[in-house]
Amino acid sequence: MNLKFKTFTIGGVHPDDKKITAASPIQTLPLPQIAVIPCAMHIGAPAEIIVKRGDKVKVGQIIATAKGFVSANIHSSVSGTVKSIGPAPDASGYTKQAVTITVEGDEWADGIDTSPDIRYDFDNIEQQEIIKRVTENGIVGMGGATFPTNVKLSVPLGKKAEAVLINGVECEPYLTADHRVMLEHSEEMLIGVKLLMKAVNVEKAYIGIEANKQDAIEKLITLCPKFPGITVVPLKLKYPQGSEKHLIKAILNREVPSGRLPIDAGAVVQNAGTAYAVYQAVMKNKPLIERVVTVTGDSVKNPGNFLVRIGTPIQNLIDAVGGIPENTGKIISGGPMMGKAITTTEIPVAKGTSGVLMLPESIAHRKTAEPCIRCGKCVDACPMGLEPYLLSAYSKKQNFEQAELNHIADCIECGCCVFSCPSNRPILDFVRFGKQNVLRIIRSRKN
Amino acid sequence: MSNILTISPSPHFKDKPTVKSLMFGVLTALIPAFCVSLYVFGIGTLLTTVFSVVFCVAFEWLITKYMLNRQPTITDGSAILTGVLLAFNLPSDINPGIILVGALVAIGIGKMTFGGLGNNLFNPALVGRVFLLISFPKQMTTWPIPQQPYFDAMTGATPLVLIKDEYRNAGVQAVDDKMNFMDMFLGIEGGSLGEIAAIALIIGGAYMIWKKIITWHIPTAIIATVLIFSGLLWLIDSSTFVNPLFHILNGGLLLGAIFMATDYVTSPMSNPGKIVYGVGIGLLTVIIRIWGSYPEGMSFAILIMNAVVPLINRGFKPVRFGATQTK
Repeated sequence: MNLKFKTFTIGGVHPDDKKITAASPIQTLPLPQIAVIPCAMHIGAPAEIIVKRGDKVKVGQIIATAKGFVSANIHSSVSGTVKSIGPAPDASGYTKQAVTITVEGDEWADGIDTSPDIRYDFDNIEQQEIIKRVTENGIVGMGGATFPTNVKLSVPLGKKAEAVLINGVECEPYLTADHRVMLEHSEEMLIGVKLLMKAVNVEKAYIGIEANKQDAIEKLITLCPKFPGITVVPLKLKYPQGSEKHLIKAILNREVPSGRLPIDAGAVVQNAGTAYAVYQAVMKNKPLIERVVTVTGDSVKNPGNFLVRIGTPIQNLIDAVGGIPENTGKIISGGPMMGKAITTTEIPVAKGTSGVLMLPESIAHRKTAEPCIRCGKCVDACPMGLEPYLLSAYSKKQNFEQAELNHIADCIECGCCVFSCPSNRPILDFVRFGKQNVLRIIRSRKN
Repeated sequence: MSNILTISPSPHFKDKPTVKSLMFGVLTALIPAFCVSLYVFGIGTLLTTVFSVVFCVAFEWLITKYMLNRQPTITDGSAILTGVLLAFNLPSDINPGIILVGALVAIGIGKMTFGGLGNNLFNPALVGRVFLLISFPKQMTTWPIPQQPYFDAMTGATPLVLIKDEYRNAGVQAVDDKMNFMDMFLGIEGGSLGEIAAIALIIGGAYMIWKKIITWHIPTAIIATVLIFSGLLWLIDSSTFVNPLFHILNGGLLLGAIFMATDYVTSPMSNPGKIVYGVGIGLLTVIIRIWGSYPEGMSFAILIMNAVVPLINRGFKPVRFGATQTK
């Protein structure tokens, strides 16, 4: 197939993509004995728990309701008895309110279609009905940012969506969860895209996929004629192409203005895994209770992609790939560029857990920071066109005024600056600190 | 498995280049020019380079250890690079005592007084060279001239000195007759150790751009500016001004454009800034060469533009994402 590859223009880096699990089919992980379901696994307000200790719950039963506009419902991913309600650690390293359920059997709540048949009758569903089912079933962005999907689908008054962009980029090294979903659930995902298009009332959708997923690109291109309006856009390999703003730039060649949202460029961006979840929520009435997670690492015995219930301890996933390798020094929830290093393997899989990565001791530690040699590699690498060395220096000196003037608030924390720095400087640590302070100052100015 | 898991904020991946690998990358890129010099000037090239490197590294070690009471930083390769670049800017038969003074000024004053690697305002090797040029004008401007066979060298003026002196007496035609662009291209001419062979320097530059050690902006901006500016002058009056190709191939222009001006520490951070910096160096070089009292203008041009770099960094920012459509 002769393909033309697009990409974004400013900055970006090329980490080794290490997609060692790209050819491993999705396996279903056995049910855990205990599931720990956090109430804050989306951006926004934590959901409010509506079950009590000792309650019997079924798979797909709602256990916590969205609180406020930016929030999401949470459903039980297993059937059994609520063992306890209380704080439990999650990937952030903090403890958060969670519902712990002792698993007994696998009994599903009524009204959920668990058959594997694909339902094509998506034309009959009304726009409002799509948004309602997405909201009820607690769908959030599954790429890692976990922004509630229904909020993105509610286009603000006065703004107009022109296209739905599906993020099948998966630019993080190692991760292949979205890749496998696009390959093994292609049609379901495309139906999900059609539903998303209807929800925001647009005629066009583009699926952006990076060049290292040739098989997914080809399969989706051959399926696309069945779904009018959907175009597959092959993209060059470049990190951070999975960032919303950079995906819009790559596909539509539009820049989201500084400080604005994708909708200001006429785009609604959804992850490929989210599109599949939307299909399940709307066509099968199935809440977001399971997801595909890549469990990988260079020394891992049997790395693979697993369909796993939310709330399953990460330890179960690690056992399924042959345990933690001898030389492991760091375990990451997510990918190596933006993922979080975790403190314990007892933390549960959440809606945004895209991967579990075990890195060897040899690269687990940061190297000693040397003086900045002003090589300008961070400036070249920054996909937002900022000057990371300068923002880092201003933040370190707590000169937030200058940091703001130099657009620190535009930083997307992708880590390209640290990745490219030959002096091993902790640029992003300082920039995060400065950005938090600047955002706080901006908020207090508005009030 | 170790029971302790390491925790750190993202990213958890690093690109391969380190300060050390970048410095040794530049040294690798200097090998072709060194080889040509060794062929043309013989053992003098080797001795001058070795002396210069040893002196520079020794001064850096002594100053960090005994004056600054810091962990010596010589392993990062930057002192070695300064040594080689200083040697490349010296005649191959220069007295080692002069090299010692040059190394002390380059490392001691050019680099360590500002706080060591990363903090110096001016290119250390050029600070050393210009100090020597002013202090030892005679020794610094008598170069061995390669003869047939090349190892039996005489001393004499470089083509740049020739045009300065002879233009006024014999006119441009007499000078043009003495020039052989092919010899200049291949390095069979008088001059400082590392500046003679255009082709070898260009190979080194291409290697550094390929290895992503430097970007194309600075060398291209300098060479294009010199070509356009001196070309315009030549078109206006070719009896007074010399062929632009002569300016490109001669003196330290290529050495300066590819290896000296691209020094990380003393060049601008953003790509627009790098172009402004390169254009500035190109203009100053031609002005000094044609109207100044020195035949060679590259070192002065780079040092002057070094001083402007903080201003360039302030005024020429990278192209920002999403800035164009801000309402």
